[in-house]
Amino acid sequence: MVESAWERTLVVMPAFNEEESIGDVIREVFAKLPGMNLLVVDDGSVDDTARVARKAGAMVAVLPFNLGVGGAMRAGFKFAIERGYRNVVQIDADGQHDPASAPRLLEALESADLVIGARFAGEGEYRVTGPRKWAMRILAVTLSRTAGARLTDTTSGYRAAGPKAVAVFAAHYPAEYLGDTIEALVIAARSGCVIRQVPVAMRVRSGGVPSHDPGRAAAYLGRACIALLFALARPSSPGLVRDA
Amino acid sequence: METPSYIFGIVSAALVLGVVVELLRRRQLRERHALWWLVAGVLALIVGIFPSTLRWAAPLLGFELPINLVFFVSIGILVLVALQHSAELTLLESKTRVLAEQSALQDLRLRALEQQLALETAKKRQG
Ligand SMILES: Nc1nc2c(ncn2[C@@H]2O[C@H](COP(=O)(O)OP(=O)(O)O)[C@@H](O)[C@H]2O)c(=O)[nH]1
Ligand SMILES: [Mg+2]
Repeated sequence: MVESAWERTLVVMPAFNEEESIGDVIREVFAKLPGMNLLVVDDGSVDDTARVARKAGAMVAVLPFNLGVGGAMRAGFKFAIERGYRNVVQIDADGQHDPASAPRLLEALESADLVIGARFAGEGEYRVTGPRKWAMRILAVTLSRTAGARLTDTTSGYRAAGPKAVAVFAAHYPAEYLGDTIEALVIAARSGCVIRQVPVAMRVRSGGVPSHDPGRAAAYLGRACIALLFALARPSSPGLVRDA
Repeated sequence: METPSYIFGIVSAALVLGVVVELLRRRQLRERHALWWLVAGVLALIVGIFPSTLRWAAPLLGFELPINLVFFVSIGILVLVALQHSAELTLLESKTRVLAEQSALQDLRLRALEQQLALETAKKRQG
């Protein structure tokens, strides 16, 4: 199954100031997923991210200013629709997601529209503590109910979307902070997408700095809960601007 | 009320209205942004010309001091204007977002086309 599915699959890699790691990450994707289509969305980086990514052989879409992960991903989903890709796999540019897990996510797409690579479902060493852990716990319980499936890691950026989810996300992927993970799940569930999770191992960053360090964990808790409340309270057809 | 403050009230209200109308006329302000300013200007003018309306309306709405009704309405209008601006800002942001996406995707297409063109011209030159 795998090889044929790849042809119609696009890996989208949101990147913000990742010149240190992105070259190696792209080469690893090509090494582990030969012939994969890879789009890097450079989100207004001030460093050499776009050039490094092009040199490594990826297609690179450069956003004129920073839109956040959600904004970058929606551009990626639109690109997928424009070029006729059926599936989109999101892989982070910091090397935390092992591309070797992507085929398993794609396989799971056969019985789902959206597959989350979950970090705590048994594999790998990734651990979080304190308020961020509690935020994740609350999110997991609430979103599992919304999605009608057991989800343990709702903020994971390692995801695969099938044709139905790609179409929904190309029109309505949220740009708010944390919206890309939390609200996207709510939108998908409300659009009737089947959501599943697959355990993946998570590695430590290969360079650069994480966008939310432990010091900002308390703020993360608050904002995550607010994001969740708003996502659940919104009418089911989001988006203010209708796109062409 | 003293005559100077009576005249001052009318002149200020007329000034606000005049500025709003002039901006509208020069198309520097769109109607939907001007609505609340127009409402405020007209109310101020009415109260300025006929202070008795204020003395009549205040007790009716339960205000002991008529001036408190003025403050209440003024603050209320400012809050509405600020809220409208926030909503407009959100709308503008989502429009800019669409533009940014389109510019990124078009840039990508342009690069691909340029590359293809360069390849083809190179081929032609050789062959
Ligand atoms: N497009 C975009 N990507 C971002 C932004 N901030 C972080 N990223 C990317 O999102 C991915 C995950 O970021 P990271 O900071 O590691 O978040 P974490 O793994 O959830 O802690 C990486 O590929 C980053 O390059 C941003 O503002 N815009
Ligand atoms: Mg990361």
